[in-house]
Amino acid sequence: MDKNISFTLKVWRQRGPKEKGAFATYQMKDIPGDTSFLEMLDILNESLVNKGEEPIVFDHDCREGICGMCSLYVNGHPHGPATGATTCQLYMRRFKDGDTITVEPWRSAAFPVIRDLMVDRTAFDKIQQAGGYVSINTGGMPDANAIPIGKDVAEEAMDAAACVGCGACVAACKNGSAMLFVSAKVSQFALLPQGKAEAAKRAKSMVAKMDELGFGNCTNTRACEAECPKCISISNIARLNREFIKAKLKD
Amino acid sequence: MWLFNSSVGKKVIMSVSGIALVLFLLFHMSMNLVAIFSAEGYNMICEFLGANWYALIATAGLAALVVVHFVYAIILTLQNKKARGGQGYAYTVKPKNVEWASQNMFVLGVIVILGMALHLFNFWANMQLVEVLHMLGANVDASLAADGVHYIKETFACPVYVALYVIWLVALWFHLTHGFWSALQTLGWANQIWFNRWRVIGNVLVTIIILGFLAVVAVYAVCPCAGC
Ligand code: HEM
Ligand code: SF4
Ligand code: FES
Repeated sequence: MDKNISFTLKVWRQRGPKEKGAFATYQMKDIPGDTSFLEMLDILNESLVNKGEEPIVFDHDCREGICGMCSLYVNGHPHGPATGATTCQLYMRRFKDGDTITVEPWRSAAFPVIRDLMVDRTAFDKIQQAGGYVSINTGGMPDANAIPIGKDVAEEAMDAAACVGCGACVAACKNGSAMLFVSAKVSQFALLPQGKAEAAKRAKSMVAKMDELGFGNCTNTRACEAECPKCISISNIARLNREFIKAKLKD
Repeated sequence: MWLFNSSVGKKVIMSVSGIALVLFLLFHMSMNLVAIFSAEGYNMICEFLGANWYALIATAGLAALVVVHFVYAIILTLQNKKARGGQGYAYTVKPKNVEWASQNMFVLGVIVILGMALHLFNFWANMQLVEVLHMLGANVDASLAADGVHYIKETFACPVYVALYVIWLVALWFHLTHGFWSALQTLGWANQIWFNRWRVIGNVLVTIIILGFLAVVAVYAVCPCAGC
């Protein structure tokens, strides 16, 4: 059994996109170590509601690391101090009795705060809509091994496809760059025959959308890769650069 | 044109101008090493380059590279500041694997350009510039314009200059240990294997370049009559 811990929670509260925000401090008592971070916030919210106060607004959905909705910047890390895990997969046993835990929303011009810890990530949807799909007819489900694909290629494509679109890469980046996300979305298709047909068009239109929405320019600091809950590699960024430059040189 | 109006294009400009400057540094360093072994040989090189048409064209090309690199560094850095947004984090930590240099490229670049200004003042203004002025008929004494060793001795006899040059070269080392692999990553010439290879190649190459420059500074600071 995990021990119970008591700690101080510093949470960013902001009533609306245009309002000024500030940190609010809460004392948390006897939280079991096997409580998830989001359950801990639920406990806090319940007590706030019982006291007649506004609960803390934060994004969440699946609570099992697959939807990418949860998005908290905990003690200087997007998704908290655990590696390869989303905020919903973070457990209170990671923290010590008497700690102060600081919780902030993603900070990036392209992800404005909606309220408290919830930010607007429609910018990612717009980038996806600009080309993050396959629109040619690829026929029905092929028989296994009808289209031979090398194991390492298949694995790299699968690793890229693990991106859940959470935006932690942007939140971690000092340049507010979305290159890790865009490169994962481009790579998952560029590596496979069904995606290759539209690879050039996809790279061009997704990068154009990314630039238009005001994301920054990648300077290869690798903060994104270190903080990504799905451990997406920056070799995908090299592939995106390659696809983009090749496509432009061909024009 | 994609080079100028897309984020990846602007990075390609940074990358290509940066790599070209690295190649120049490699050449410049090799040339400097001669000054350690033979003052006469070094001055012969100075004479050979001097203010000949090819040296002047190369100088203009270099100046253009530095200007392009510097201007795009400013553009990219300002855009990135804006993309980050006004509100910063209250609590930050540097994630593991993130090189310090990679997050301070602009500051390092500014130190590099200040060092370059000092270097032009110490050498270029006394050598190529004087020669050009002389050729244009100005009343300047060009007798020492190709005597590179004279200016090396004069500069590094002063401990303040030695210290400034060392700071400059160390900043350049940091700039390039990140810059080298970053430039190849930007060009898309990297994957899970080449990423590590380029980092090792870059670190070795850049360390050799910087040690070569430092060697000349050190030798002339300690023993002003080296190469005689
Ligand atoms: C001899 C001088 C210099 C050399 C050899 C050099 C080399 C490089 C290289 C190879 C890169 C990597 C490019 C990339 O990531 O694609 C780079 C990046 C950079 N340089 Fe320089 N540089 C020099 C001077 C300067 C100066 C004077 C500045 C002015 C502030 C500067 C600012 C930057 C910045 C901000 C970056 C990062 C840009 C980015 O990655 O987007 N550099 N440099
Ligand atoms: S690349 Fe990683 S950090 Fe970025 S959106 Fe995808 S899963 Fe999240
Ligand atoms: S809530 Fe779905 S990934 Fe965290």
